[in-house]
Amino acid sequence: MTTPRTPRIRPIDFEHGRIDLTHGSGGRVMAQLIEECFEDAFDNAYLAKRDDHANFAVNAGRMVMSTDGFVISPLFFPGGNIGSLAVHGTVNDIAMAGARPLFLSAGFILEEGLPLRDLKRIVASMAQAARDAGVAVVTGDTKVVERGKGDGIFITTTGVGAVPDGVDISADRARPGDAVLISGTIGDHGVAVMSKRAGLSFETEILSDCASLNGIVADMVRAAPGIHVLRDPTRGGLGAVLNEIALQSGVGVRIRERDIPVKPAVHGACEFLGLDPLYVANEGKVVCFCAASDAPAVLAAMKAHPLGRDAAVIGEVVEDSRRFVTMETTFGGARIVDWLAGEQLPRIC
Amino acid sequence: MRYVDEFRDPVLAKRLAAAIRAEARPERTYALMEFCGGHTHAIFRYGVQDLLPPNVRMVHGPGCPVCVLPIGRVDLAIRLATEHDVILCTYGDLLRVPGSRRASLYKARAEGADVRMVYSTLDALKVARDNPGRQVVFFAIGFETTTPPTAVAILQAKAEGLKNFSVVCNHVLTPAAMHGILAADGEMRVDGFVGPAHVSAVTGSDAFLPFPRDFGKPVVIAGFEPLDVMDAVRLLIRQLNEGRCEVENEYVRVVTPEGNRKAQALMAEVFTLRDSFEWRGLGPLPRSALRIADAEAEFDAELRFGLHTTAVADHPACACPDILRGTKKPTDCKIFGTGCTPDNPIGACMVSSEGACAAYYTYGRFRAPEETSVA
Repeated sequence: MTTPRTPRIRPIDFEHGRIDLTHGSGGRVMAQLIEECFEDAFDNAYLAKRDDHANFAVNAGRMVMSTDGFVISPLFFPGGNIGSLAVHGTVNDIAMAGARPLFLSAGFILEEGLPLRDLKRIVASMAQAARDAGVAVVTGDTKVVERGKGDGIFITTTGVGAVPDGVDISADRARPGDAVLISGTIGDHGVAVMSKRAGLSFETEILSDCASLNGIVADMVRAAPGIHVLRDPTRGGLGAVLNEIALQSGVGVRIRERDIPVKPAVHGACEFLGLDPLYVANEGKVVCFCAASDAPAVLAAMKAHPLGRDAAVIGEVVEDSRRFVTMETTFGGARIVDWLAGEQLPRIC
Repeated sequence: MRYVDEFRDPVLAKRLAAAIRAEARPERTYALMEFCGGHTHAIFRYGVQDLLPPNVRMVHGPGCPVCVLPIGRVDLAIRLATEHDVILCTYGDLLRVPGSRRASLYKARAEGADVRMVYSTLDALKVARDNPGRQVVFFAIGFETTTPPTAVAILQAKAEGLKNFSVVCNHVLTPAAMHGILAADGEMRVDGFVGPAHVSAVTGSDAFLPFPRDFGKPVVIAGFEPLDVMDAVRLLIRQLNEGRCEVENEYVRVVTPEGNRKAQALMAEVFTLRDSFEWRGLGPLPRSALRIADAEAEFDAELRFGLHTTAVADHPACACPDILRGTKKPTDCKIFGTGCTPDNPIGACMVSSEGACAAYYTYGRFRAPEETSVA
């Protein structure tokens, strides 16, 4: 990097230091933090220019834009942290349009007292996740709030991407007869995070599935450019996403419990806590609706990708003016998979 | 998963369903009440009703501890949290339960009250230890299942000399509620009971002997897995067909006739019967709930903070009392699915996922005619 560095007395002590209000003051200390923490990690020419914006050429075709805020607690969880999540989350929202993610912006709200070591670790994970996904973090912002007014760190990322011609993927395009596919096991992220929550810590080998899905989505779109709907089942889990799609497309969805992949350890944790894996969050799974005739090709593309080894066809779209999602249970009965009412809370009895 | 999958086996379910169809006499109906919310949940979640013949109808009872807590007690919890500057600890299910004017502990928390969800009474004790300068109150709810852990917390607090810990006791008794349902005036359309699972592990199956004896209703204690429920249904049908009327125990892997003596002793040591306690949907029932015994009165938050319960009437359009007695179905209620939904519950049965109306709304609504099911 050729940009001259801000004159200063000594380098930041990432080992013992903490965020204080001067890190957001706009003065020399802030400039130093931006250089030593963010620019070094994200390392690209756009950022190095130190403008308040990133300047890039726009190709022909359609652009896709999405934004997402990250407030997860705990900041570090088995399989990831808030930094990697902040990249995966927005990359995936872009990817769900069948688009190739290109650039990210990142806004950081840091709480006074946050250990600089934690910040450095989080930013390093972000940078690694961005490199893995092939996107650059090209502009950003840092603010510091007083102790007690944040939860360590909040991150907002915004992304832009480009959609290839002929691809039109949207949650209002599900049609009766469509096949419903999922790229792998559900509930991993939610259970991994819950296992580290205060008051609930339990031992589990489950890691968060958090991952950027643009690679597997590109393979799926290549296999079947006519895919109707893609969505990543994050908050609210598979249950919420299927209901959103049913509502937006004006259709019913019928799924089969026995075909939905769930890891035994996730199943066990959910039994133990009284939760339903259908409503537990994922951060590295994609739900796909496509014409039944495209399903074999899409499934094969998913299974050939490392993130889609456990992919499965889990149901189909039906006509239903009430837009219900129903499920054939493993037990042999049927039930609704409804929207979640409020938060999913453990049952006490 | 072992010890779970065996009790959800679809092949066994089909076989059991065939046996039930063969044994149920076509010329009569069987109205069977599952008392516990855990059973209600299992029936809906696994679609058990689909496997039963049409003349075998499950009636969903009041055994959801959150649902039966009266509005006046929810108001008391909210007042305690907002006006007495305490840390109020309780089980998560309760946070959403609406009190008067749609207030709830969730909303109280948003307005600044310190309300914390705990998974065990021991977590509440830890909160008290960690906050010696604050009063910490555990708002205790539930049937015989959650009562012994509350007793343990009180005794532990006493042993540690924790002066900033106390309990609002709302623990209620299952047999008393069953008695209340059967003794009430008016129509009662229940031929037999699927008896409680975890509650019976504490009370023992003998606690239910009065029901066949005094009311002529057979009881089959059953586990919370779907095959347990179906097996209990078959045993009840068999008793009714053979003219027998007794307590049977399907849940032998957990429940004994005498129950958990140690837990019973703890309950007897720390708690004593209330003369009367109001149940949401059922009204006041005599000797149906516990309070903290005089010997442990220093841990009674109702005394410590001078709290009084104000009786609040249930919503007039709510059909919960009839639904809990089996004379109406959730869809017979005028406000089911319109004014009263899981997101904005009015009646007791809609409050928790174990309530009859909530379970019906969440899992069974697709069977209803279209006009009642548009949210």
